[in-house]
Amino acid sequence: MSARGAFPISIRNAGAADLDTVVRLDRETTGIEKRAYWQEAFARHVAPPHNGRLFLVAEKDGAAVGFIVAEIRAWEFGSPPCGWVFALNVARGLREHGIASVLYDQLCARLRAAGIDTIRTMVAVTNKVNLSFFRSMGMTSGPYIELEKRIE
Amino acid sequence: MKIQKGSLLALYAALELGQEPERQLSTADIAAKYGVSAHHLAKVMRHLVRSGLIQAVRGVGGGYRFAGNPRRTTLLEVIQLFEPMESTVELAGTAGAAATPVIAELRSIAGEIDELTRAVLDTITLRTLLNAIERRAKASAPSPPRTGRARQRRPA
Ligand SMILES: CC(C)(COP(=O)(O)OP(=O)(O)OC[C@H]1O[C@@H](n2cnc3c(N)ncnc32)[C@H](O)[C@@H]1OP(=O)(O)O)[C@@H](O)C(=O)NCCC(=O)NCCS
Repeated sequence: MSARGAFPISIRNAGAADLDTVVRLDRETTGIEKRAYWQEAFARHVAPPHNGRLFLVAEKDGAAVGFIVAEIRAWEFGSPPCGWVFALNVARGLREHGIASVLYDQLCARLRAAGIDTIRTMVAVTNKVNLSFFRSMGMTSGPYIELEKRIE
Repeated sequence: MKIQKGSLLALYAALELGQEPERQLSTADIAAKYGVSAHHLAKVMRHLVRSGLIQAVRGVGGGYRFAGNPRRTTLLEVIQLFEPMESTVELAGTAGAAATPVIAELRSIAGEIDELTRAVLDTITLRTLLNAIERRAKASAPSPPRTGRARQRRPA
């Protein structure tokens, strides 16, 4: 169970110096090191101009312990602009203490300030923890469904 | 999806007890609040006790108390105590050769549906559901009368 407020957490914009932590947190969760991918994400989301791109970091005792990345996407398949979350991660030992909730709330506040009133994401259908998290934030199935096929 | 009566009664009880896990309530309390048969609910409560979701508290002021963690117990865990959630695609008797690929394809489609059902029901915790119910109740509550002060605030 989340022990909310057990320790202070602050949220800030990611900076270039966070790259190593982000690569490590992602590797610890997914088992794959994707430095080139994250370098590219930092180039797009961390270095200005941001153009509706948000990369927030949660800090505990001065150390980055979680992050959320999103961007404003407009008119994909006719959808009006919405905030699209494409990465979220909290350090393993610090999960279930409310850190992701704080990151998510901050992200929503920033999106709202940018005039966006809908937030979307895509989660593996079998990833119970991630789905439970987004559900607990009040998210429900949206009006789109993901379809795929192996190209022969 | 048709939620059977047993599952619905179990959800009423689980939500009611899960709201304040320390609180004890009797079957009669819950039945009265939701307007359901105390007799049917009593049977459901016994099943919930056997499954370990709630516990019976003996003695004066006894009743039932939530035994698990409402922040981690999902809708699916409650519902599947009372009804199977997996689709079945079969006909009684042996199928002819032409039926075999049809059945196989339909089973694959049913599998897709079941996976989505699970992704919904097994990721909504009782706490998440309670929060959504509270939000819905708030949204449908009549808005408080506007004060004279609020009425004065008009865009310039
Ligand atoms: C999903 C994740 C971000 C949640 O972070 P967190 O800081 O632990 O989340 P919070 O403590 O704010 O939890 C908020 C709610 O989410 C849900 N939740 C969180 N962890 C859960 C778990 N293990 N099981 C079920 N529900 C859970 C609960 O409803 C919780 O509310 P509660 O306070 O009532 O318990 C974290 O588990 C994580 O980093 N997972 C890996 C993410 C991933 O796969 N990233 C790779 C792609 S970038």
